[in-house]
Amino acid sequence: MIQVTNLKKSYGSLHVLKGIDVHIREKEVVVVIGPSGSGKSTFLRCLNMLEDFDEGDIIIDGFRLKDPKTDLNKVREEVGMVFQRFNLFPHMTVLDNITLAPMKVRKWPKEKAAEKALQLLAKVGLQDKANVYPDSLSGGQAQRVAIARALAMEPKVMLFDEPTSALDPEMVGEVLAVMKQLAKEGMTMVVVTHEMGFAREVGDRVLFMDGGVIVEEGTPQQIFDAPQHERTKSFLSKVL
Amino acid sequence: MDFRFDIVVEYAPFFLKGVLWTIGLSLVGIVFGTVLGLVIGLGKMVQNRFIRLPFDWYVHFFRGTPLFVQILLIHFGVMPMFTAQPNPLVSGAISLSLNAAAYIAEIFRAGIQSIDRGQMEAARSLGMTHVQAMRYIILPQAIKRMIPPLGNEFIVLIKDSSLAAIIAAPELMYWGRAMQGQYYRVWEPYLTVALIYLILTLSLSKLLHRLERRYDA
Repeated sequence: MIQVTNLKKSYGSLHVLKGIDVHIREKEVVVVIGPSGSGKSTFLRCLNMLEDFDEGDIIIDGFRLKDPKTDLNKVREEVGMVFQRFNLFPHMTVLDNITLAPMKVRKWPKEKAAEKALQLLAKVGLQDKANVYPDSLSGGQAQRVAIARALAMEPKVMLFDEPTSALDPEMVGEVLAVMKQLAKEGMTMVVVTHEMGFAREVGDRVLFMDGGVIVEEGTPQQIFDAPQHERTKSFLSKVL
Repeated sequence: MDFRFDIVVEYAPFFLKGVLWTIGLSLVGIVFGTVLGLVIGLGKMVQNRFIRLPFDWYVHFFRGTPLFVQILLIHFGVMPMFTAQPNPLVSGAISLSLNAAAYIAEIFRAGIQSIDRGQMEAARSLGMTHVQAMRYIILPQAIKRMIPPLGNEFIVLIKDSSLAAIIAAPELMYWGRAMQGQYYRVWEPYLTVALIYLILTLSLSKLLHRLERRYDA
């Protein structure tokens, strides 16, 4: 589904990604952990080219991102993204937030888009919020709407960039529950997070990143119960 | 102090004609300044340095030199290249438009750039093109923020149109100066003119205030 080869990126003289190789299979849930500044968010943002990269290759669903013939907008239709700070559109109702892209990008008729949106809102438990504006939502609700908005495009892959880091602690659970449900349904997911419990429970594979490289990867059991690398051990000892 | 209302009444028809030209000049300035300002504002946001350069310098020049000087340059320098008898109203309208465009360009740029980067990223991540993201996400939010500074600029524009009097464009200030020249009196012409400008600018700011409130709802 996603093939990343020797991915490198730098901002000036600062090398953020120093050669990432990873293959993500269909329906796999890959969780990326690591200290801040390790490059994990940058890595995620390269996967839909919100961030350009300098070297290497990313192939998603058969599209080579660096190929000049690749229409990045087409790729992004298939790759949903959820941001740390939600990024809901404040000038639109929740319903319009969700239906906009299916109508304008996928060219769905309004009725179809609205039906899909209401279905997704029900799924994230917010069917009663369709006609309110984002500023009246709590953080947890806003993030669930953001997930619904991304899902409305019926993407093949979902990227999550620290989706619970900006939330009050009591709201983390409701967002993680939606993500767990999504994983159970077989969505291919790449999740950058500090929620180790989620990583252990939902992840098929955990990548530990530090200093712009993948230091160690394996099943949650391997990473959390028997980390091989010193850097992994010291990171886990701080966060667990 | 005696105030000769009789000469104000005598000049009333001229002030009326003048105020219509003042409104006309200001409207032209607002319309063309806004259109041109949008183009220049967008030009200033281009990534490529060389494409951006002329737009940057346009703003530097028109914002960095007095409108008074620009009016003289355009009326006595630029316009004669195209026509033997430059019309002062046309020269005034062009000067005002070009000058306002520089300020409006900055208002557009600031408005667009004040929108959180995450909005553009979210729109693009959903597969929207840059143009779609601008149209549906960025501009609707930016325009709301542009209304107060744009209103400010339009008010400045009304007042600045008085500078066209120096090239004998028959707008409001021109008739004030004519009245002063005829009667050698200060208060009657200039207070009358000031009052009319005040009525114009207060009306506009009322109108803008209402627009702002409607956008807020």
